[in-house]
Amino acid sequence: MRVTFTVNGDERVVDDVWEGESLLYVLRERCGLPGSKNACEQGECGSCTVYLDGRPVCSCLVAAGQAEGRTVRTVEGLADADRLDPLQEAFVATGAVQCGFCTPGLIVQAHDLLDRTPGVPADAEIREALAGNLCRCTGYEKIIDAVRLAATRRTAP
Amino acid sequence: MTETRAGAGENTISAVRGGVGDSPVRPDGTLKVTGEFAYSSDLWMDDMLWGVTLRSPHPRARIRGVDITEALQVPGVYAVLTHEDIPGAKSYGLERQDQPVLAIDQVRYQGEPVALVAADHPETARRARDRIKVDYEVREPVVDARRAALDPSCPKVHDSGNVVRHQPVRVGDADHAVADIVVTGEYEVGMQDQAFLGPESGLAVPAEDGGVDLFIATQWLHVDQEQIAPCLGLPPEKVRLTLAGVGGAFGAREDLSMQVHACLLALHTRRPVKIVYGREESFFGHVHRHPATMRYEHGATADGRLVYVKAEIILDGGAYCSTTPAVTGNAASLGAGPYEVPNVAIDAYGVYTNNPPCGAMRGFGAVQACFAYESQMDRVAETCGLDPVEVRIRNALSEGSAIATGQIVDMPAPLDDMLRRIRAVPPPPPVETGDVRNLPGGVSNTTHGEGVVRGVGYGIGIKNICYSEGFDDYSTARVRLEIVAGEPTALVHTAAAEVGQGLVTLQAQIVRTELGVENVTVAPADTAVGSSGSSSASRQSYMTGGAVRAACAAVRERVAALAAERFDRALTGVTLSGGKVVTPDGVVATLYELLGDEVIDETREFRHRPTTTLDPATGQGNSHTQFAFCVHRAVVDVDVDLGLVKVVELAAVQDVGKILNRVALEGQIHGGSAQGLGLAVMEEIQVADGVVRNPSFTDYLIPTILDMPPMRMEILEHPDPHAPYGLRGAGEPPTLSSTPAIVAAIRAASGKALGRIPVRPEHITDR
Repeated sequence: MRVTFTVNGDERVVDDVWEGESLLYVLRERCGLPGSKNACEQGECGSCTVYLDGRPVCSCLVAAGQAEGRTVRTVEGLADADRLDPLQEAFVATGAVQCGFCTPGLIVQAHDLLDRTPGVPADAEIREALAGNLCRCTGYEKIIDAVRLAATRRTAP
Repeated sequence: MTETRAGAGENTISAVRGGVGDSPVRPDGTLKVTGEFAYSSDLWMDDMLWGVTLRSPHPRARIRGVDITEALQVPGVYAVLTHEDIPGAKSYGLERQDQPVLAIDQVRYQGEPVALVAADHPETARRARDRIKVDYEVREPVVDARRAALDPSCPKVHDSGNVVRHQPVRVGDADHAVADIVVTGEYEVGMQDQAFLGPESGLAVPAEDGGVDLFIATQWLHVDQEQIAPCLGLPPEKVRLTLAGVGGAFGAREDLSMQVHACLLALHTRRPVKIVYGREESFFGHVHRHPATMRYEHGATADGRLVYVKAEIILDGGAYCSTTPAVTGNAASLGAGPYEVPNVAIDAYGVYTNNPPCGAMRGFGAVQACFAYESQMDRVAETCGLDPVEVRIRNALSEGSAIATGQIVDMPAPLDDMLRRIRAVPPPPPVETGDVRNLPGGVSNTTHGEGVVRGVGYGIGIKNICYSEGFDDYSTARVRLEIVAGEPTALVHTAAAEVGQGLVTLQAQIVRTELGVENVTVAPADTAVGSSGSSSASRQSYMTGGAVRAACAAVRERVAALAAERFDRALTGVTLSGGKVVTPDGVVATLYELLGDEVIDETREFRHRPTTTLDPATGQGNSHTQFAFCVHRAVVDVDVDLGLVKVVELAAVQDVGKILNRVALEGQIHGGSAQGLGLAVMEEIQVADGVVRNPSFTDYLIPTILDMPPMRMEILEHPDPHAPYGLRGAGEPPTLSSTPAIVAAIRAASGKALGRIPVRPEHITDR
């Protein structure tokens, strides 16, 4: 089948999609956007998190056909041409990245949290927002640091 | 200007930004946060095929026949391979070549690879796989590790017998030692999975010379090459490996998974072949932490000084050997813990069963024993009426003590200080019970504080660093210094695997410190340079760090010789700093002036001091290079009515000899502690009659951000005079001690004995 959707601002027409493919597969294998990761295939780990019409979803649980006519934003679409998103900068600066496999999904999920939270979210809010994103390397401490730092930078005058 | 000094045990002060002791950002950090970093599962070529693996559904069966006819007929399928298509060695393995590339006439565990398919779409390959017919004669699996170890009538998993290794340790006379108090306990550790986030994957590309190029996520490129090449019937130089991005490792990438399979398919089809496991397959695609059953008996004086320890440790290695002998050696040699014990009788067994194969996971044999001996120490304390920290202080090793193998700890062992510090950490405040998120059960809203009891527990562990027992453990590094665009620039090239720990950052830090050059590039890791050994055993800072430092020293000598020649005078005490050649008398020249077009390129191997084997009868020997220690305090809230646990806080004190990169180090302590938490209360591959019941992240639970509490940590620096920069390997020790600390805290809250981990709610409620 053919799927037409918008990814990171560009309209994409993808042909020969098998109906059983997920949005994640189409992004990774057909759109050249492997930033979203496949780590569990059942919506438990959050590594494949992307925005679908502005809401974070596990793209492994979205059938490719469900993306028809809709707008997707992936980790590849967060940075400006010449500048990383404050969350991306903060993840690097605080040591929140080790192997980095969970990082794209965490950044998209945290990006959504900061977009809908004025100021710096409390730790409990950060934990709740990121509870669907597994990380095996960091023990999460520096991920919380990164979100706090990015929130501070975003709200700084 | 600050001087760069780099003697072992000295305080290194870096003259350069981003040198040893700083925490520069990861060179791969930006690529990882933008999604551009190429993990092994992200690789792609225009004409590539997808490989999939057919695996045995049975833990033990004869194979009477394999029929691939129908699979071959599926349009889009390019190859279906069985063991008959393997041109070289049919088996491989890290310590024994006992693992078939593809099953031959029998399978010994559920998930054992039987056949391979390559097709133009992964779903096509999966559908063809499902059409392969295997005629199995199912047999009763061997699943009881203790029986496999001790009962001669138990059926044999391999003809060689079921005991892979039995390692006794004997000191004094534990049977006749006289003690005032005796505590005995039986302990059990479930099968833990490394659960790295990036499943096994790689891309094999056939080469024009008849060889193959493999882009792979692994922990040790050269040991992969050593095992792959014979199976392909190729000389090693025709099997070239390049490290692709690694999505975590934790021991699970020590053994081969899809490496030989992808190469076979690529050579057979003459097309690039990519294999990417899904999560379910990943649970079958790598070895796990050995489950253990342990019986311990400690005798002590009335004032809590250990008189003897007797232990039987049985480690279930599953169907194939993997690293079971070394894991058994660790459990035996470290089985008495970080304590002085005058009489020791330990017997550690690593055995074959038809359970899933087990091998390396962070902590490697030391984790299992630590849970048992620390549980015992709490019982000694309780029996003697002592504080649990006090009883540990009374028995703790110090520099100059002997461990159970007779090996003298000839490096700082500040356990007494560490234990006093952990005891002095202020307690966390009581939780705000108005917010259910702070309570056991969280937003499940199971309690508003009723039935919740707080508990505190401690744990301390001892871990060997680097490879042990006489292994020729070395690392190779190549460092090149030249002028690029007017700036002195260094390139460091090793085969060492960056698996997330930050080794790429550290290699550049060392070069900056040693050569006084800011521009440092870390070349991709591949087999074009000599082996760096494995990213295992907390050894890479020590070993590849040591190799990079040695290569830098060689480069520095060449620069000094060049300067002496150029200026026609003897130069002593030459260092490189700020892009200049410096002696105690002052600046000799800038590197720019001195080098011109000259390229200085040096390669060095680094070895740690030799170790010895353990005596097979007494377990005596200097088998380890270095010892590392971490102590944890856990504070938990337990809903004793429902058996739910909330870990409120973890505190850790760890000695690392020398902090090379504080941010990366803290990340290791956080992450290691989290994996220990998982083992304490969450993580277990549940195996029934040899069959895995929970191969998914829905059913195998690893800690989420809600499970992992805030941590406090104190990092001590008592340099080890034998190690580069005085450093001590740091990745594994926190994984040992957090587990027993958490379980001790749950015992304190619940009053239950809790001999098995992970602790489940029904262990607390008895229901």
